Amino acid sequence: MNTTVYVPGDAGALSVGAGEVAAAVTAEAKRRGVALNLVRNGSRGAYFLEPLIEVQTARERCAYGPVSAADVPSLFAADFLNGGTHPLSLGLTESIPWLKSQQRLTFERVGVIDPASVADYVKHGGYQGLERALALSGGAEVVQAVTTSGLRGRGGAAFPTGIKWKTVLDQRTPTKYVTCNADEGDSGTFSDRMLMEGDPFALIEGMTIAGIAVGATQGYIYLRAEYPHAHAALKRAIAAAYQAHYLGADVAGSGKRFELEVRLGAGAYICGEETSMLESLEGKRGEIRVRPPLPAIKGLFGQPTIVNNVITLASVPWILSHGAEAYANFGMGKSRGTMPIQLAGNIRRSGLVERAFGLTLRELLYDIGGGTATGRPIRAVQVGGPLGAYIPTRDFDTAVDYEALMGIGAMLGHGGIVVFDDTVDMARMARYAMEFCAIESCGKCTPCRLGSTRGVEVIDRILAGIDGERNVRLLEELCETMVQGSLCGLGGMAPFPVQSALKHFREDFRARV
Amino acid sequence: MESLPSEQIATVRRIVAQHRERPGPLLEILHGIQAAFGYVPAGAVPVVAEELNISRAEVHGVVTFYHFFRRTPPGAHTVSLCQAESCQSMGAEALAEHAQKRLGIEFHQTTADGRFSLEPIYCLGNCACSPAAMIDGRLYGRVTPEAFDALIAEGSAAK
Repeated sequence: MNTTVYVPGDAGALSVGAGEVAAAVTAEAKRRGVALNLVRNGSRGAYFLEPLIEVQTARERCAYGPVSAADVPSLFAADFLNGGTHPLSLGLTESIPWLKSQQRLTFERVGVIDPASVADYVKHGGYQGLERALALSGGAEVVQAVTTSGLRGRGGAAFPTGIKWKTVLDQRTPTKYVTCNADEGDSGTFSDRMLMEGDPFALIEGMTIAGIAVGATQGYIYLRAEYPHAHAALKRAIAAAYQAHYLGADVAGSGKRFELEVRLGAGAYICGEETSMLESLEGKRGEIRVRPPLPAIKGLFGQPTIVNNVITLASVPWILSHGAEAYANFGMGKSRGTMPIQLAGNIRRSGLVERAFGLTLRELLYDIGGGTATGRPIRAVQVGGPLGAYIPTRDFDTAVDYEALMGIGAMLGHGGIVVFDDTVDMARMARYAMEFCAIESCGKCTPCRLGSTRGVEVIDRILAGIDGERNVRLLEELCETMVQGSLCGLGGMAPFPVQSALKHFREDFRARV
Repeated sequence: MESLPSEQIATVRRIVAQHRERPGPLLEILHGIQAAFGYVPAGAVPVVAEELNISRAEVHGVVTFYHFFRRTPPGAHTVSLCQAESCQSMGAEALAEHAQKRLGIEFHQTTADGRFSLEPIYCLGNCACSPAAMIDGRLYGRVTPEAFDALIAEGSAAK
């Protein structure tokens, strides 16, 4: 049998040369007359080691990285196809400490399987969750399992998923929808992208289970336009799922229908807000809707609609196949299960860390992340995307769970942590937060639309030394107005990074002239 | 408003016809138009409006709401530089300055020879390999000014 070599087709791995590595492996194998199977897997998430390639040996999978195309001939010379030793050897993939310390549930197959193959998905435990769901006596039992698991929305709002599903289940209308919010716009986050590229069937299965649970027959994945690789992976996987009858009129021989389609966004951060996303899915401007009514009651095209993030939906198959209690046994307090944390920005060992809730920021940033990439001290981290607070080092013993972070005025959001070293200018970051809000505001409500632009101007005046103290007070009042008066989280939370910068890094708001 | 040559109007009508039966088709149609023309020409707006029986204002409103839809033709190569926080923490601002100097244009502009358009983008989801860039749909990570120059040289050679 031919040896199998894995070279990631993940966009992040490709961005640092995995495509060239794959071509070099193919060319070198041909030159040497060696037959091999090349699988384009997802990324293991250890981006600091990408391109990370693997070989399936008689024992287990051996890893090498970071590999460049120029390294490939020497890898063959070192007999890497049999796990030979090479300066880039990382040993058995499963034994790489950075990966070994993780608890991969939602990401158990990402980087492991061939994301284009239904058969490989099934071989690695895929579609067992759907099978369980279909074996239960009805949708209510599926919803109950999700409720019992304690799963909360991983997109950022952390709303209990089971309660949302129950609301949709309880609506007595013939048409309902399951929509997946794949508009992963927060800087510092890439877990949705990794999952869609590395294990797209997990999302498809999760959405199918959701549809069967609440009685919806149509699903939409709303994917951001910035993710062309994920788009290709999803389209390929959906076509394969139809062909294997896991989608369509008779899902897995159950007689139940579930149809699924990907729709592309068009570069608007606000469309990650659920009602804006629904407007956009309907082909309109992505202006937010005033709630109530909740999307679960009146959502897409006015019908009851589940809106869940990629990771939320992709966690459902594991919950169904392993049991709700098994999932709930991970985590702490009201944060049950695992969270894919994304270590991003200026950090040495960057990538995706899936662990039960409860690690501290310090453990994540130093023990796992290894400190900054530049080697300078960490000064601040922003958790939860562009609307998340900046956290100073003295708060690094805070546990990463929803409530603990709220306790220090921060939020977990979608789990991205962006690291800044001591060269960061926090007044500039505050200005950027307002500027970003001004660029991305949908324009529907005044505090967000005008407040963000005024916010940029006020910060500019502070930095120009014009009436510093008065303008700092004005900025604080403006932030308060936006927080209290905006219709949605964009205007309502864009002040958080500004307020936290003012609170923890006041010294950066001195006049610059 | 510029009106489109008749064969382009036919193209727009064909794209509308491909999607009109789907629920909420407008974004899909605009994506189709941009894929065909490289941008959404002003002259396509009334055609789409008429075909879908909605107002021109509605179509215009959607085109202008979304950053992704261009209203002017792009250069031969579109270079997008991520300007979000993660990339900022790894030198995205310096890279942007370098890129603007190298290409002799600012963000949202196209070089005089029509080769390159330069756009800011707010997160490419490559935050573990910051700073990130995308050129013609291809993603790049850990982009240094030197790497940027090499990519631009490649693009210049290609066309």
